[in-house]
Amino acid sequence: MPTLIKRTGEGFTAAEDIFTDVADEDAIPNGPVILSMARFQAEGDALVTAGRSVGVRIQPDEAVEDLAYDLPRLALVGAVFPKFRDGRAFTTATLLRERLGYQGEVRAMGEVMRDQALFMVRCGFDSFAPVDGATPSDWAKAAGLFRHVYQRAADHRPPAFEERG
Amino acid sequence: MYQYDVIDHEFLADRAAQFRDQVARRLTGDITEDQFKPLRLMNGLYLQLHAYMLRVAVPYGSLNPTQMRAFAHIARTWDKGYGHFTTRQNIQFNWVKLGDAPDILDHLASVDLHAIQTSGNCIRNVTSDPYAGATAQEVDDPRVWSEVIRQWSTLHPEFSFLPRKFKIAVTAAETDRTAARAHDIGLRVLRNAEGALGFEVMVGGGQGRTPYLAPTIKPFLPAARLISYLEAVLRVYNRHGRRDNIYKARIKILVASLGAEEFARQVEEEWGKIGEGADLPDTELARIRGSFVKVPFETVAPRSEVFEAEQTSDRSFARFVRNNVKAHKQPGYAIVEISLKAPGATPGDASAEQMEAVADLAERYGLSDIRVTHEQNLVLPHVKLDDVPAVHRGLQSVGLATSNISLISDIIACPGLDYCALANARAIPVAQSIQDRFADPDRAEDVGELKIKISGCINACGHHHVGHIGVLGVDKKGEEFYQLSLGGSGAEDASLAAILGPALPADKVADAVDKLVETYLSMRTDGERFLDTFRRAGMAPFKEAVYADAH
Repeated sequence: MPTLIKRTGEGFTAAEDIFTDVADEDAIPNGPVILSMARFQAEGDALVTAGRSVGVRIQPDEAVEDLAYDLPRLALVGAVFPKFRDGRAFTTATLLRERLGYQGEVRAMGEVMRDQALFMVRCGFDSFAPVDGATPSDWAKAAGLFRHVYQRAADHRPPAFEERG
Repeated sequence: MYQYDVIDHEFLADRAAQFRDQVARRLTGDITEDQFKPLRLMNGLYLQLHAYMLRVAVPYGSLNPTQMRAFAHIARTWDKGYGHFTTRQNIQFNWVKLGDAPDILDHLASVDLHAIQTSGNCIRNVTSDPYAGATAQEVDDPRVWSEVIRQWSTLHPEFSFLPRKFKIAVTAAETDRTAARAHDIGLRVLRNAEGALGFEVMVGGGQGRTPYLAPTIKPFLPAARLISYLEAVLRVYNRHGRRDNIYKARIKILVASLGAEEFARQVEEEWGKIGEGADLPDTELARIRGSFVKVPFETVAPRSEVFEAEQTSDRSFARFVRNNVKAHKQPGYAIVEISLKAPGATPGDASAEQMEAVADLAERYGLSDIRVTHEQNLVLPHVKLDDVPAVHRGLQSVGLATSNISLISDIIACPGLDYCALANARAIPVAQSIQDRFADPDRAEDVGELKIKISGCINACGHHHVGHIGVLGVDKKGEEFYQLSLGGSGAEDASLAAILGPALPADKVADAVDKLVETYLSMRTDGERFLDTFRRAGMAPFKEAVYADAH
């Protein structure tokens, strides 16, 4: 079973990934699953009603606002980085936390590397499936490299102007 | 000037440490060049034709003497003894070794400098008016807002992996010395009818292969709402800007395809959802503002006898005053421009000795303030008229007293094929050939304001689209050719240049410029600049003059 890095309070720990990330062409297996937005809209209601644990995988060109009504029923929301340099998932996570008030797990999926750990944590991601072999301690180091930040973000870390206040 | 505090210092130290670790991982082979590339680019480190190039940020073009001396030290210790000031008010070192880069960043951090976001698809260093705090024209000090944006945009968690690079300019004067409309966002500080401070917001300008001047999408944004509005613009762009084609990824393409009105509507809608909670508290605005107001001007007479006498006795000084000395808001002071366009020099280059001389002059005569202009010159913004002769002599002694600001030999040029991996053609030798042709300073002054801008490729780092005369280097079957265009401007009367005709070989460019100038001189009316004559008379007479022989 693949492992994840999860944010726990101020630290990061390894966790087992109990979810199956289901491709649209595959049958839905037993147990907790992550579905595409389209698949969730077609089949999610039945699964959730049956008591299944369901997460949704949002691609960068999909609007997270379309999930607003369903958020309370979701086990997690995954935001996909198809490439390291595609930064749309940062907006997805920010809106989930700051505008839609989502409190559940927000998972960074796709080409996830430690060099973006700080940005991901600041935008409200709290679980990570890195592809660069990063360990929880690598992740903690990368996310904690900077003693100060300059702007408000979903992590509610006090920015420089509040520290100065 | 803005003073960094312990928070800023620790931030830069952390950034330097992060990069040292990344370089170490690369040098030991833990990460590949492919993985390293986006990381080094976010620290301004490019792999160029012959070596690594390090681009160091000069935040909104403002430096103190200690920082200028640090550039000299870097040039001497880790480069070949010089640096290149760029069209974005930054400096580039062209001969850096990868293993030395962490030491250079440490040295920069020790004087409050860095290379953060000088490259990559992120919010770049803010461009501002090099006369800020010195010109009577300004409504407010644009550096206040530039510093606000510097802090907000530094390692912004949501907006560091945009579709493409993102450049913001802030101007507050009627004369635009920032090329605001050629930026992704141009902000013009103004007061509305009620006297409230705010910004005209222009979005979607840019150069490159599809140049656009930014349309105004909000005529008046209340000043205190700046950050939330920028956030709205950036969010709309981050979500909807194209990522499938690098040449269509800038915000200008999004604005042009949606139309300015629809883009503005989307920003307005997003802005409404963001609300005031995202704006900077007034206390922080006041703190930042406070650091720019305390300039220790002396109370002196508006007229300086020393200054007047020197102009009578020294013709070279009189010429320097005519071209390089500008009006200051404080009686008895002047703004002194230092041209980095000496005959035969590479536009924008300065040697370590020259940098140190400028630092010394700034310290002794210039209230320790130095600016870099987007036209690749330097400025001492606060010099007493009494001291201008001494500054001039000091500049003369290091070859920096060229009296040609805004004249035909004050040419903008990118590094071109002499350095750059993207270039199709050389830019520097073409600039030098034009400078040689107009080396007679009397003739250059007679021609008057004429802005020539040269790019070695379509990426337009030399701003050829907004040159009164633009020159674009192109490759034709392995040979360098140059396409001339006329009528561009990056100033408050912004316009894009139109192509003159077929591209010319390198050895014909100076001849063509000569013919353009002669055509202008034969047609101009009183007070008309080259640009004005072109706008009045149109392309035909200029085209005829250059291509007559071909008929």
